[in-house]
Amino acid sequence: MESVLGRYRNLTILVVVLFLQVLGLAVQVKRSGDAESTRLIRIWAVGAITPFERALVWTQSGGRNLWRDYCYLRGVRAENRDLKQQVEQMRLQEVRLSEDAEQAHRLQSLLAFKEQFISKTLAAQVIGSGGSDLSRIIYIDKGKNDGLKPDLAVITANGIVGKVLMVFPSVSQVLLINDQSSGVGVMLEKSRLQGVLRGTADGEVTLERVMSDEQVSPGETVLSSGGEQIFPKGLPIGTVTSVKPGKEMFLNIHVKPAADLARLEEVLVVTEKQEQSPVADSGGRVRAADILAARLPSVPDKPVAAAGTSIPGQGTVAKIQTVAAGSAKTAGTERQAATPTASPSALAGKTPEHTSVSPTSTPVAGKASPAAKSVTVDGMAGASVPANSPSSKRKTQQEKPPVAQSNSQPPVTDDNRH
Amino acid sequence: MPITYTSGEQIEVYRFSIPVTVGVPLIALFLQAFLPRRIPAFSYVDLPLLVTIFFAMARRSPIAGLFTGAAIGLTQDMLGPYPIGIYGIAKTVVGFGASSLGAKLDVENVGARFLVTLVFYFVHAGVYFWVARFMVNLTLHWSWSHGVVAGLVNAVLGVGLYHLLDKLKQRT
Repeated sequence: MESVLGRYRNLTILVVVLFLQVLGLAVQVKRSGDAESTRLIRIWAVGAITPFERALVWTQSGGRNLWRDYCYLRGVRAENRDLKQQVEQMRLQEVRLSEDAEQAHRLQSLLAFKEQFISKTLAAQVIGSGGSDLSRIIYIDKGKNDGLKPDLAVITANGIVGKVLMVFPSVSQVLLINDQSSGVGVMLEKSRLQGVLRGTADGEVTLERVMSDEQVSPGETVLSSGGEQIFPKGLPIGTVTSVKPGKEMFLNIHVKPAADLARLEEVLVVTEKQEQSPVADSGGRVRAADILAARLPSVPDKPVAAAGTSIPGQGTVAKIQTVAAGSAKTAGTERQAATPTASPSALAGKTPEHTSVSPTSTPVAGKASPAAKSVTVDGMAGASVPANSPSSKRKTQQEKPPVAQSNSQPPVTDDNRH
Repeated sequence: MPITYTSGEQIEVYRFSIPVTVGVPLIALFLQAFLPRRIPAFSYVDLPLLVTIFFAMARRSPIAGLFTGAAIGLTQDMLGPYPIGIYGIAKTVVGFGASSLGAKLDVENVGARFLVTLVFYFVHAGVYFWVARFMVNLTLHWSWSHGVVAGLVNAVLGVGLYHLLDKLKQRT
C-alpha cells in the first residue's frame, strides 16, 4: 500500500487537494448560497485588492478632472449656450406634460393605485470587477459603513445596472444585469408585455418568457416591472435589438442595455424607495397655457433696484431685487422681470414664489404684466404666450400651486453625495 | 527542432524568489479585477490562468503546480460571487497538468507554449463549467464563439507574457 502511494504520490496529492475543495464546495452549496460561511475570507481577499483599486481610480479620476475642469475647456461656452436653450425647451415641455400627469394621477387615485418612486440614492464609484469573464460583477466604493445592504438597486442616469449582492465594510459587490445568474422582471413600454431579463455567457442581455405569438419590434424600450421588489417600476433598462423565434413557445429577444455596463464609472445605489398613493389635485381643471401664464413675468409697480444682465442672444433680463418683507413692495427674494424679448425661462425657475402669491396677502403682489402678452421664447417657434391670459385669472390660479410643481415626482436625488 | 525530451536530455527546472512567487499572482489577480472595467476587451483574458500555467511549466513539479493553481484559483474565487472552490478546482487541475506536461515538453518553445496555453484554457473552462453546473448547480451556458476567441487571445497573450516572466526565473 505504501509503495503504491509512493509511486502515485503526485496523483494522490492531487486527489486529496481536489477532494478537500469539493468538500468545501459541498458545505457551501448545502448552506444554499449562504454567503456568511465564506464571508470572512472574502473580506480578506477584497480587503487586499480593493485598496489598490481605490488608489488607482482616485489617481485616474483626479488627473482626468484636473484636465477636463481646468485645462481642456474648449467648446464649453457653446455647449453652455446649447444647454440653456435645451433647458428652456424642457421647461416648457414640462408644463405641457404636467397636465397629462395630473390626469393620470387622478385616475390612479381613483383606482387606489400605489406608486413607487426613488426617494434616496447614494452615489458610488466603480473600483473593480470580479476578475472573471464568466461572472459579471463590479465592486463599488461604498459598503456597510455607508448604509448599504444586499438587494438594493443600482442604477445610472441611463438605466438599471444591477443589484447589490454582497456588502463589505467599505465596498460592495454588485451583480450586473448581464450576468448569467441575474434575473430582472421587465415589461415592454408600448405593448406592456412582461418578461424576465437574463444575462448570457457572452455578457449579452436577453428577454425571456415572451410568447412567440406576441408582437415585439426592435427598438422598443424595455422598462423594469418592479416584480422582483428590487427595482422600482418604470426605470429604463434598454431597447430591443433583435427578435427571433426561440425555444419552445417563446421568443428569443435580445436587448441592448441602456446603461453602458462595460464602461461604468459612477453609479447610484437606491437606498430608499417610497410607496404612496398619487396626490391628485382636487381643484378644477388647469390648462397648461394657464400654468405657463402663471410663470410669466409681471412688472412690479416700482422696482427698487434693477441691474441689467445680458444673456447672449436672449435679450436683456432685469434682475429686480425686491424689498424685504414688511415693505409694501417687498418679497425678500430675487425676482426677474423680462423685457418683451426676454426668455421666460429666466422666470420659470421661480415658480414657488409665484405659487405662493396672493394679491391680497402677500407682499409680492405683482400685477399682471402687459409684457406677458407679447413675450416670445427664443428658440421656440410658436411658443408665444396666448394673449388671452388675463391677469385676473392668473391671480386666481396663483392661490394654489401649479400642478406641475405639486405633482411632479421627486427626481433621483443624491442627497448623500460625498 | 524537437519539442519533446528524450531520456538522455537534461530537463531544466527553475525556481522563483518569494516576492515573485507571491507578487506575480497577486498582480495578475489585481489586474484581472481592475482592467476589464477600463478595457472591456480584457474580459477575454484570464491572467491568473496564464500565471498558473507559467509557474507550473517552469517548475516542472506537479505538486508545486497543483498547489500554485489551487492558491491562485481559490483567491480568484474569493473575489467572485460564486461559491469558493470552482476556480480552485479548475486551476488545480491545470497546474497539475501543465507541470506534468512541462516535464515532457520543451516549454521554452513558442509553438509549444501557444498550444499548451490553448489546450489548458479549454481544460480550465471545461472543468469550471462541469463543477459549476453539476456540483454547484449554477445556470451557466457555454458559448463556443466566446470560448474559441478567448482561448486564442489567451494563448497569444500567454506567449508574450511568458517571455516577460522568463526574466524572473532563477536556475536551480
